[in-house]
Amino acid sequence: MVTNGNISPSTLSVKDLPWQIDWDKDRCTLCGRCTAVCPVHAIELGVYRKRHIELPSLDAGLARNNGGSNVYQIFQGIRQKTDPAYACVGCAACSLVCPNDCIIPRRSDEADKLKFHVNQGGQPRRRGGRRNVRDVGQGGILDQIKFTRISMLTDPALDAGRHEFEVRTLLGRVLPPEESLRLYREQGWAPPVREIYPLVIGAMSFGALSPNMWEGLQMGVAYLNEELGMPVRMCTGEGGCPPRLLRSRFLKYVILQIASGYFGWDEIIHALPDMQEDPCAVEIKYGQGAKPGDGGLLMWYKVNKLIAAIRGVPPGVSLPSPPTHQTKYSIEEAVAKMIQSMYMAWGFRVPVYPKISGSSTALAVLNNLTRNPYAAGLAIDGEDGGTGAAYNVSMDHMGHPIASNLRDCYLNLVKLGKQNEIPLFAGGGIGKNGNLAANAAALIMLGASAVQTGKYMMQAAAGCLGSESDRCNICNIGLCPKGITSQDPRLYRRLDPEKVAERVVDIYLSFDTELRKILAPLGRSTSLPIGMSDALAINDHNAAERLQIKYVV
Amino acid sequence: MCRLFAMTSEKPLSPMVAIHALDVMREGHDGSGVGLFLSDLGGPFEELKGTPILSGIFSNDGLKRLDQFMMNIGFMTKYRFSIKVPKRPPLGVPKRDVYLIRAYEYPEDWEHLSQSEIDHRLLLIRLQLRQMGEEKEDMIVYSFWPDVIMLKEIGDPMNVADYLSLDRDELKARIILAQGRQNTNYAINLYACHPFFIQGVATMTNGENTAFVPIREFLMSRGFPGYIGYNSDSEVFTHILHYSLNRLGLGIEAYKHVITPLQDEDLERHPDGGFLKQLKNSCRRLIIDGPNCVMGCLPDRSLFMVQDRKKLRPGVVGGRPGLYAFSSEMCGLDSAIPDRDKSRDFQPMHLDTAVVASDRAEVKTWSQMETLALLH
Repeated sequence: MVTNGNISPSTLSVKDLPWQIDWDKDRCTLCGRCTAVCPVHAIELGVYRKRHIELPSLDAGLARNNGGSNVYQIFQGIRQKTDPAYACVGCAACSLVCPNDCIIPRRSDEADKLKFHVNQGGQPRRRGGRRNVRDVGQGGILDQIKFTRISMLTDPALDAGRHEFEVRTLLGRVLPPEESLRLYREQGWAPPVREIYPLVIGAMSFGALSPNMWEGLQMGVAYLNEELGMPVRMCTGEGGCPPRLLRSRFLKYVILQIASGYFGWDEIIHALPDMQEDPCAVEIKYGQGAKPGDGGLLMWYKVNKLIAAIRGVPPGVSLPSPPTHQTKYSIEEAVAKMIQSMYMAWGFRVPVYPKISGSSTALAVLNNLTRNPYAAGLAIDGEDGGTGAAYNVSMDHMGHPIASNLRDCYLNLVKLGKQNEIPLFAGGGIGKNGNLAANAAALIMLGASAVQTGKYMMQAAAGCLGSESDRCNICNIGLCPKGITSQDPRLYRRLDPEKVAERVVDIYLSFDTELRKILAPLGRSTSLPIGMSDALAINDHNAAERLQIKYVV
Repeated sequence: MCRLFAMTSEKPLSPMVAIHALDVMREGHDGSGVGLFLSDLGGPFEELKGTPILSGIFSNDGLKRLDQFMMNIGFMTKYRFSIKVPKRPPLGVPKRDVYLIRAYEYPEDWEHLSQSEIDHRLLLIRLQLRQMGEEKEDMIVYSFWPDVIMLKEIGDPMNVADYLSLDRDELKARIILAQGRQNTNYAINLYACHPFFIQGVATMTNGENTAFVPIREFLMSRGFPGYIGYNSDSEVFTHILHYSLNRLGLGIEAYKHVITPLQDEDLERHPDGGFLKQLKNSCRRLIIDGPNCVMGCLPDRSLFMVQDRKKLRPGVVGGRPGLYAFSSEMCGLDSAIPDRDKSRDFQPMHLDTAVVASDRAEVKTWSQMETLALLH
């Protein structure tokens, strides 16, 4: 900054930013790859002027102008921008491409000042990614839960590698046994029920994800089903479904989502007569854990021709879905009608269930659904869920943790005697610290019939760089340095769909082994231990009391 | 692991046969309890087949309260079987006032009731007595049902049998279930002693029931008053059987399909696949996860044995027409029926159900892979 320059309120120094770029002049070849790859243009070629003080040569005598003077030289290097609009997001794509390992972003040693200036123009911060939490590394409640009921001597433990296991769950309204058998005898209509793998790839839309990422996930899912016999399902999110997939046999592995923007449903409805298979289920999204009370938000950057065509909108416009369905009037009437209409679209052969964000009103929703004979389940998405785009305030401060929300709902079902009848699907932060199987098993034993995860898939299957401590998180503007959430072919061609598919398969196989390693010592193998809370313990007294599990120290 | 022994015989036998069999298998129980279920009774009870028999343990105060209660609801004592015990019980056996086995005359106003109503009321009376007993800790009630006697006590089976003089002539039955308990999970409690009984259905089990909590939650939320207790994780096996028979109208052949359903690929090939799939889905909460051997007696007086899905427990049935026994260990069977054709002994495997019907003519077995004679 020059001495007579202005200092505006939002003038920041590099120190004020959350990330500082460390750059090593000695090793830099000035190849320019880092500046080219930086998604937010946080770095640019810098031209620096440097003064060298040269001492007079000793043998030059006292003659004037013998070289002792200031010499000004310039050199080129990397300069980090301090304009809030260009602040480094810490993605480290620069490090990824640097041939000489001479550049890396480092997190500031104190809380950044940028956060006070990201609302330029009165526009609050919007971003993608996940909730930023302070306790990163320590693990949330799910990570603290232990499985303590181990059979060893009182009974032979099962063998995770050799015994038969049936790791399956039901999606769909299960009738009470008496009713179910009566309808079977009388050949009456019974709600459709799908038997699926209890780890579902959560809703991530075509649009939020790049075509390569979506294709990779779908290929992985198809391989798991057709080659490995694992009935894995994936939810589309609110962005419709590519027309070719709608008309293929692979549709049966897909849970179609309808949300408040109804994006993509023209295409889906038109494809109905040509469908070879029914979809696995229809999820009606009423809420999302990452941004409770807010609708989807696909920003204009990402609405290219393909996305626009599938969603049935003009290209290049932002697509904010309303926070609620326009037709929604009351849960008793409008929600019930919507569930029924979706059933009707496929001749009552496809289960339809709502998804809500974790909330203290979840119990009210659930109680209502128990009285709706068509509701095929309830998906609850906790506060730790991720998203492609949302307001920062929604992401960081709104929502309900999944563990207690799910537990309350399950215990409520137990009270009503309907715990097998309306499956609960839990999502939001499962595996956020890498412990996917342990988190999933804990939720299942707290009462979930299955778990849904999106973020883990992004990280493990595609190498998403995001973190709970605000790294990268620019999914919303389509500049994903890995090409996962970008709609720009120059970016998404970085992601090889075949490799994504391979990783999806890796994830499921290793998850399956880990889950068996948990279930076998508990003596469970022939049915998923839904609600087997006697196996759980935690070393937090309040949490134990709240979740009605054992307290151990 | 508990030891189990069950017997069905044309001729009424003393329960000592079963106690001896348990004694042979004594490595497997630790004196934390012995339980007996007797049905198809002989001796003086032969003549009292239709009348309900109350079995339990009472303190002197409890007995007074019982008499008052039964009188109030119109039940008159018809036959009293008293067990006089020596002053000092053997080591490990608590001192009790009265071991009660008493047959009652139905109240007059019950005459016009339907059988199901009678069954229901008998259950409610037993539950009420149990609750009264729990309030003042002066009564423990095991059963209140026609042609059923139950006895349970803490202690080594042989010591308890000697102490109670179970070898007496009046006490004979054609069906005997006996269990020597190995306490592994929960506090020693008489209500945790097998066999468990509800409305004509009795079962006993060995092994830990790892799916106990979800199953208990399911049963307790059925709104049926008898589904309570659960001092032992094995009590749910009895109630699941009762639920399948009485509430779902299924036969014993379906019991195994409820507790250990077939895997999907087998169901696809099964002649009753559609039905069994429906059963598996809707009864998902009743799936046990072993390792368990379940033996029991049905209301029609047939005995059965099933194993868990992985067949992690031993269990054998053998005998000859007119006399068959089920035993958790081979040595128990050898002790009770040494002169049988051992080549015809049958050890039910993970798909099998073994049943000896009340005619005691043969051991019927069927595999889960076979067609079902369903929906009785």
